Amino acid sequence: MIEVSHLYKSFEDKKVLNDISTVFENGKTNLIIGQSGSGKTVLMKCLVGLFEPTAGKVFYDNRDFTNMNMRERTLLRREMGMIFQSAALFDSMSVLENVMFPLDMFSTASYKDRKRRAEFCLDRVNLLDAAEKFPGEISGGMQKRVAIARAIVLEPKYLFCDEPNSGLDPKTSLVIDELIYGITQENGITTIINTHDMNSVMGIGDHILYIYEGSVEWEGTKEIVKDSGNQRLNDFIFASPLKNHGYVK
Amino acid sequence: MLIQKFLITFAHYLLLMKRVFSRPERMRMFLKRYLTEMAQLGVDSIGIVLLISFFIGAVICIQIKLNIQTAWMPLWTSGFVTREIMLLEFSSSIMCLILSGKVGSNIASELGTMRTSQQIDALEIMGINSASFLILPKIAGLVTMIPLLVTFSTASGFIGAYATAYVGHIITPADLTSGLQHSFTQWFFWMGIIKSLFFAFIISSVSSFFGYTLEGGSVEVGKASTNAVVSSSMLILFSDLFLTHLLS
Repeated sequence: MIEVSHLYKSFEDKKVLNDISTVFENGKTNLIIGQSGSGKTVLMKCLVGLFEPTAGKVFYDNRDFTNMNMRERTLLRREMGMIFQSAALFDSMSVLENVMFPLDMFSTASYKDRKRRAEFCLDRVNLLDAAEKFPGEISGGMQKRVAIARAIVLEPKYLFCDEPNSGLDPKTSLVIDELIYGITQENGITTIINTHDMNSVMGIGDHILYIYEGSVEWEGTKEIVKDSGNQRLNDFIFASPLKNHGYVK
Repeated sequence: MLIQKFLITFAHYLLLMKRVFSRPERMRMFLKRYLTEMAQLGVDSIGIVLLISFFIGAVICIQIKLNIQTAWMPLWTSGFVTREIMLLEFSSSIMCLILSGKVGSNIASELGTMRTSQQIDALEIMGINSASFLILPKIAGLVTMIPLLVTFSTASGFIGAYATAYVGHIITPADLTSGLQHSFTQWFFWMGIIKSLFFAFIISSVSSFFGYTLEGGSVEVGKASTNAVVSSSMLILFSDLFLTHLLS
């Protein structure tokens, strides 16, 4: 469980996050949605410590992340996995080496066991055939799947996904969504996803946090999101053609 | 204002170096990267070092023989001056200036691209000290390889000088050999090696700083690369002045 308490973030005079408080529970896919520039990515970077919050606290299973020193944070980060918008795979390594990398750094298992675990994760994302290829030789969707495999190889407790569907076609987006949702359910991990994709919201949004101009505007589940009664949220949701869900006005 | 900016940048550089010089998390991975960097930064530079040194050695020999040496000077003068220039300045300082262009831009653009494509963020999220993981092997690799490059450079310069004797017939091989052996001071060789170690540290650490701390996109990668080369070249020139005075 990740608890965010009265989080603020400013860049010089510009307030980006304003009193964000919420709880992201275990075994759920938590979606942070909002317009571009609303502060979603800044919130996620504050959660993982890439940005320091101006004020407020972040607790990982009651452990105060904001007050941890560098070493404590480093140890906690080994319980995290993150999928970046750009996949952020290491260009100089093959797909298999990318997935094995966290194991090479932190696992004391033998090479054979590390390789077996990496191959298992690649198989989980249906990419075992591409193990020897390099990131530059595979498609964007495949890169995202490799990033998922790399993120889960150490069996993290917390999984962060920054716009995992950006730049992907709807069918591939669905595959990515199903993968993330399946992995979250299987391992009971706390997953937080930044997204614009309304198909993701309707498909896998166990818990949805709608951010508007740096503040939490609405919070709920996919079942009630369409009936939120919140005008700003409705404007955001129904700006997308949700034909599959029958939500087109 | 300029001094303030310099001091802030220098403070950031020192803070980065503090993170860089920490114990590697996994020695096996460090050694793997160390060997890779030795190959990329050192072995891959041998060709250009040999080529440039060969021609400079030859040109120095010709210049001294045809334009400086007069009848009242000993016949070994060309060889002697060629040796001293190669040992004292060219193979250490000038070669490092050239390497700052090749190696420095390579390091800054590699780390800059890793920063813009979020690869460095990915390392941090994994709980890895990315500064130490990426930069320490580069510094260690180049510092290890630089004595070899300096030695190769000096040897290649001498071969270039011999080429003017055997191929160009500018000087007799005997006079050249006599000059190269005349009043040899071993300390000059070690002085070049010591200076080059400092320069290798400057090239690798300053270029890494500009690449690692980059903010922005591809335009900034280009700027960081240029800044890395200019800054490390300037620092090499300044430190050459002090080191030469200190070691002479």
